[in-house]
Amino acid sequence: MSTQPITKQSVSGEQDSGSTPPHGPVEKRRISNVNVPLTALVAVLSLTVLIPLYFTVVTALKSSDQLGGTGFELPTSIHPENFTKAWELTNFPNALLVSGIVTASAVVLTIITNSMVAYAIARNMNRPFFKALYYFFIAALFVPFPIIMLPVTKETALLGLDNPVGLFLLYTVYGLSFNIFVYTAFIKSIPPELEEAAIMDGASHWTTFWKVIFPLLTPMNATVGILTCLWAWNDFLLPLVILSDPTTRTLPLVQYVFQSQFNTDYSTAFASYLMAMAPLLLVYLFAQRWVISGVMRGSIK
Amino acid sequence: MGAPRLAAGPARNKLRSETVNRTFYWMVIPALLLFVVLHTIPALTGIFYSFTNYAGYGEWNFVGFGNYVNLFRDDRILSSYAFTFLFATTTTIVVNVGALFIALLLNAKIKFQTAFRGIFFIPNVLSVLIVGYVFNYLLSNNLPLIGQALGIEWLSSSILTNPDLAWLGIVGVTAWQSIAFSVIIYLAGLQTVPAELYEAASLDGASHWRQFTSITFPMISAFFTINMVLALKGLLQAFDQIVALTGGGPGTSTESVAMVIYRGGFQGGEYGYQMANSVVYLIVIVVLSLLQMRTLQRKEADFS
Repeated sequence: MSTQPITKQSVSGEQDSGSTPPHGPVEKRRISNVNVPLTALVAVLSLTVLIPLYFTVVTALKSSDQLGGTGFELPTSIHPENFTKAWELTNFPNALLVSGIVTASAVVLTIITNSMVAYAIARNMNRPFFKALYYFFIAALFVPFPIIMLPVTKETALLGLDNPVGLFLLYTVYGLSFNIFVYTAFIKSIPPELEEAAIMDGASHWTTFWKVIFPLLTPMNATVGILTCLWAWNDFLLPLVILSDPTTRTLPLVQYVFQSQFNTDYSTAFASYLMAMAPLLLVYLFAQRWVISGVMRGSIK
Repeated sequence: MGAPRLAAGPARNKLRSETVNRTFYWMVIPALLLFVVLHTIPALTGIFYSFTNYAGYGEWNFVGFGNYVNLFRDDRILSSYAFTFLFATTTTIVVNVGALFIALLLNAKIKFQTAFRGIFFIPNVLSVLIVGYVFNYLLSNNLPLIGQALGIEWLSSSILTNPDLAWLGIVGVTAWQSIAFSVIIYLAGLQTVPAELYEAASLDGASHWRQFTSITFPMISAFFTINMVLALKGLLQAFDQIVALTGGGPGTSTESVAMVIYRGGFQGGEYGYQMANSVVYLIVIVVLSLLQMRTLQRKEADFS
């Protein structure tokens, strides 16, 4: 429960008094009397998640003639050539590079710009301009992408943004609505005295933000970063309509485009799917606790 | 400490009212401009074209509310709305019931809590499109085999090619993936419930079900609202999983609104017409979200 102090800090007034349970004793009791039947039930339920994953892995390792039967048997022989075939057919390194660049740029740019915008808004909510801006951005939460998809596609093509640069700009801008919501709630919990002290010492507001406030936003930056990363990496519709050059396709888009070429060669198709999912899945396996606490933090405001 | 704080008073006000402004404006103006260019202007041009017969290229004329009138006579549009509502409401219910159940289990005194929590979140890390492709294969090849072995007729052939059952396949796959995120939100909610309440309740002899309805659910009702609103809004936009699972078929029985906008707008030369569809769709989503928030929040108030 390493996140406890942070979540507590950002919990809103409604349950403040209640949200500070004596964690020590509760923790101890949890360890001392484990509910075995419930654990078994959870284990069985977790199979609903694990079996499809297992199925994906074994299918990717089999040769076409091993695919019959129920499909859940272990492969009788391993076929790594499925992966080399998928690698070459879809030009995997290229798609990986595009997805990597788009995702990394979207995450970095989102954290830097969105936190700054949220800070300016949160500290000036008493001014009509900033208040209006806040509601203007939040209102966009109600406008799902499919609704503006046709004009956006036309406009990005017109502006020469029908490429990965346009794509990560769009993620940064479209994330603004939700991220401002998350950031401003957190920024309001930071006492303004901190910045005032820095400003009294002669620091500009710009320096104050980067040197004093931005470091304090680290937990929220992590939350926003994780959510942006998951979105940009896995998104399909935006790359589908924005990217015009076949050499700049992202990983999900490549799976879609090559669907007809995989045809009935399911082993190659599954090898390709697995390679497309693997990078983020591996990161997740190692950063699991951190990712989940980041997402949880985003929901407690 | 008293004296410097007093001195800071007037200085603070001065800073706030004059010099501050400029930097703060510089912090928001570039983002505002980009937002207007990439979000507001497309939305406004889109609304403009919804009153024209623009095909996406070439010349166009104003047609007034013609597109809007035609939408309500177009079977394909009407059936896409019917499918999208049916799909989104069913999935929202399945996801929330399932996620709340799993979150309660994960919050109980079980072993390997962190590991299980990690497993249940995995689907949220995966691409919706790719998950759709994997399940497409499972539902088309493996499930029918199981159905045949068990002698269940409706399961003996792929449910994705059955016009009556295909939507259930999409609901199932979407729920499999969406539950992951909702579980985490519910878990976050459950951790805000003070343990003393349960201790007091069990001393009073309240059953588990009673504890759930009288303590747990009222205490996490704000999280229930978040999950319901987020799920419904997200699911009303369904596109990726349908592309991967049925491609809108069989026929057009599982075409979602987003899919009709995409196909008609990009491939069918119906730019103006589909923009009218988008505007109607936007109004529907806004109205539904507001209604949902109002009813759920009223409920929240009732509990407390």
